[in-house]
Amino acid sequence: MEQLIQQVASGLANGAIYACLALALVMIFVSTDHINFAQGELAMFSAFLVWQMLEWGASFWIALPAVALCSFLIGVGIERIILRPLHNAPILSVVVVFIGLLAIFHSLAGAIWGYTIKEFPSPFPNISFVGSGYIGPHQIGMIAVTLLLLVFLFAFFRFTPLGLAMRAAAQNPVSARLAGVRVDWMLALGWGLAAAIGAVAGTLVAPAVYLEPNMMASILLYGFAGALVGGISSPGGAVAGGFIVGVLENLVAYLGNLLEKTSGIYIIGNGEKLTVALIIVITVLTLKPSGLFGHVTVKRV
Amino acid sequence: MATTTTANGIPAAKRLRAIGPPVWLWGVIVLLALLPVVGGKTGLISNYGFLQLSLMIVYAIAVLGLILLTGFNGQISLGHGAFFAVGAYTAAVLIDQASWPYWATLPVAAAVCFVVGYLFGLPALRLEGHYLALATFALAVAVPQFLKYRHFEWFTNGVQGINIFKPDPPFGLPLSADQWMYLVVLAVAIFMFWLARNLLDSRTGRAMMAIRDHAMAASTMGVNVAHYKTVVFGISALYTGVAGALHAIIFEFVSPDSFRFELSIAILVGAVVGGIASLPGAVVGGVFVQVIEKYADALTKQITSAVHLPIDLEPWTIYGIALIALMYTMPMGIAGGLALLWRRLRGS
Amino acid sequence: MAALLEVEGLKAFYGQTQALHGVSFSLQAGGITTLLGANGAGKTTTLRAICNMVRTQGAIRLDGQPIGGMATEEVVRKGVGHVPEGRGTFTNLSVEENLRVAALTRRDRQAVGRDLDMVFEYFPILKERVHQQAGTLSGGEQQMLAISRALMLSPRLMLLDEPSFGLAPLIVREIFRIMRRINEEAKVSMLLVEQNAALALELADHAYVLETGRVVMSGKASDVKNDEAIRKSYLGY
Repeated sequence: MEQLIQQVASGLANGAIYACLALALVMIFVSTDHINFAQGELAMFSAFLVWQMLEWGASFWIALPAVALCSFLIGVGIERIILRPLHNAPILSVVVVFIGLLAIFHSLAGAIWGYTIKEFPSPFPNISFVGSGYIGPHQIGMIAVTLLLLVFLFAFFRFTPLGLAMRAAAQNPVSARLAGVRVDWMLALGWGLAAAIGAVAGTLVAPAVYLEPNMMASILLYGFAGALVGGISSPGGAVAGGFIVGVLENLVAYLGNLLEKTSGIYIIGNGEKLTVALIIVITVLTLKPSGLFGHVTVKRV
Repeated sequence: MATTTTANGIPAAKRLRAIGPPVWLWGVIVLLALLPVVGGKTGLISNYGFLQLSLMIVYAIAVLGLILLTGFNGQISLGHGAFFAVGAYTAAVLIDQASWPYWATLPVAAAVCFVVGYLFGLPALRLEGHYLALATFALAVAVPQFLKYRHFEWFTNGVQGINIFKPDPPFGLPLSADQWMYLVVLAVAIFMFWLARNLLDSRTGRAMMAIRDHAMAASTMGVNVAHYKTVVFGISALYTGVAGALHAIIFEFVSPDSFRFELSIAILVGAVVGGIASLPGAVVGGVFVQVIEKYADALTKQITSAVHLPIDLEPWTIYGIALIALMYTMPMGIAGGLALLWRRLRGS
Repeated sequence: MAALLEVEGLKAFYGQTQALHGVSFSLQAGGITTLLGANGAGKTTTLRAICNMVRTQGAIRLDGQPIGGMATEEVVRKGVGHVPEGRGTFTNLSVEENLRVAALTRRDRQAVGRDLDMVFEYFPILKERVHQQAGTLSGGEQQMLAISRALMLSPRLMLLDEPSFGLAPLIVREIFRIMRRINEEAKVSMLLVEQNAALALELADHAYVLETGRVVMSGKASDVKNDEAIRKSYLGY
């Protein structure tokens, strides 16, 4: 029983990271209709930037906002400079450009900081508290920061004029232009926000999985799975999806281990987590492509 | 050639085209086939060189598989490395565990991959565009883990992989193993490209392309969209799977980590760079994939020393920049860009 | 006095296809002008060209200032409210949010509040449904919302693209009546594109008739309405 709670708690903590990534993916998808395959590498690059600032002696709570801002600007830059001219290009060309970005950020990180794994300090104090048998302080921190981020974003989009403009631009760019909204800048802003969220996600996960350029590759897949499960057109859904995937992958591995321990039969275990993610993705896409909370878009002829 | 008409009204010349490639292409094929004689005897092309050429042709077949699915049928796949792996492992397991001759493994790999592709094509029917890209991407990422699965180890040999040996030339021909495999690969490629050309020129090909361009309209005209889409998925997987089998034979080794998602990306990039809806594009793409794999490091060192940067540039960075630049300048791929240039030069 | 809107030799292209072949007309401030013509004559294209939603060549001037080539949202910010074909409703936003989006560019909060009241006065049904999701509104209500959205920009000129489309005649009469009120009370000049020529000619002061991308006739709306020969040959009734 204790083990089960631990697995669920740790699943929620992982799920928090997946939720952040899923959110970033959904933001870009909803506003630009593209899937940012480079999201993971951008997040990893930002995590390295934070690490570098920590090495230079900055405190964590200065480094993170600074890098988040920097990532925001990088995101805006990518949208304005690289993606702008391609907005009429076929999907595949844009996918290849994303792959190019993926390759650039991945290898730049490797070139600048090397491939040996690095320890990344957790910003959350290592104090013991009620329930610390089940979940560590960093994991609580991950969940807390993610939830705070979500509340902030929700408030931003719901209650601020800029948030309204961004929502309008994402839903109906033509009408938004006719309402005087500078749609192109809204797209760039969406990218910037997504990059900043990714930076937070990368920084939060680094203490748990050790910092290295390959850090985000499989996490990105979980992020995709979360976004798909929740519904790639729904930010709230994507977040829920991220948490669901996090808990599910742990539960499945846990049950598999349990099965092996009790009956000696091995069906599935920790080594198959990615396969589980794949199966989740395929199942959701087959049964309900719009995800648990997304809406189906009817195609008109 | 006199255009005599036959009984059903099709001119003889046109019928002949259905039988084989045009004249100039025959010339190229003959030249390529003679390479082992010319290059090998004179020592111009080493065995290693023939290995490189074989790999280029193998990747061309793999890219062709993807092009049939994506360029000619409109279904995006970011996971073709999975089919490559299935073909490779089919061949390796049959050779290693069941002592099959190498050439017999090819039809089996083709059949197995067709079935796998067809089965994947079924859920794929409900997915489009981004969703299909994501599903196939998930497939690609999960392949190594899948191959390492404990319950498959009795035939996959797990993480250690399988070692096999290149076959010796038959009938005591005076060729090296690499030269012989080069000819085998070349023959298979020619055959498969010819099949593809005929497929695309047939009713099936037209149905495929109609589905790509406007599936809803195609179905209202009586095209069984679901049937074609799944079959094309199977055919596409078949092609890439055969490429995988050939790769296993000439590379002499398969292991789960040889088939990471980078392979799927490489095949896709090869297809887009070559020209996503063009048979010559597949050849260009195949060459591109192999050249990148082999020469990325060397090229990067040359560029880094030429430009004097403070950091050691990595091949992937140049690769990424080159990809982006290519998408700007030649969105139709290199084959498309060349075709455009050719048309401009001819003044049409 | 310079015309509010001047269009000279306007050509417009959808990709490679040319839809307008040199349209010229001008619009004085204050009245309602209507663009008439058969299907495919280029009426909607003209409105889109004014807002640079299609590729154009030729001169477009708003109050003497050239606006051809300016980004759509910049043209809008200069005082052109475009009520598009199909209403252009933000279906997932509420009625209130639909209205507020258009007011984002304005600084004067109090003026925005006054305009909101004005809009609710013209279209009380919108006030009733103010928090409802706009996609659930009926066709007529969405048309009222679209007009209101344009009004929230506090425009000098309103472009209306087939506002009667798909609406019951009773609703259309109601909306047209309110449009006349808006024109007179809020002093908003209007350029109205309509397939329903009879309705448009009743409302408008001046009329232009388009045929395959060119202006073939212009005159006072009352003249056009009363001239049977013109009506029969260009408007089909």
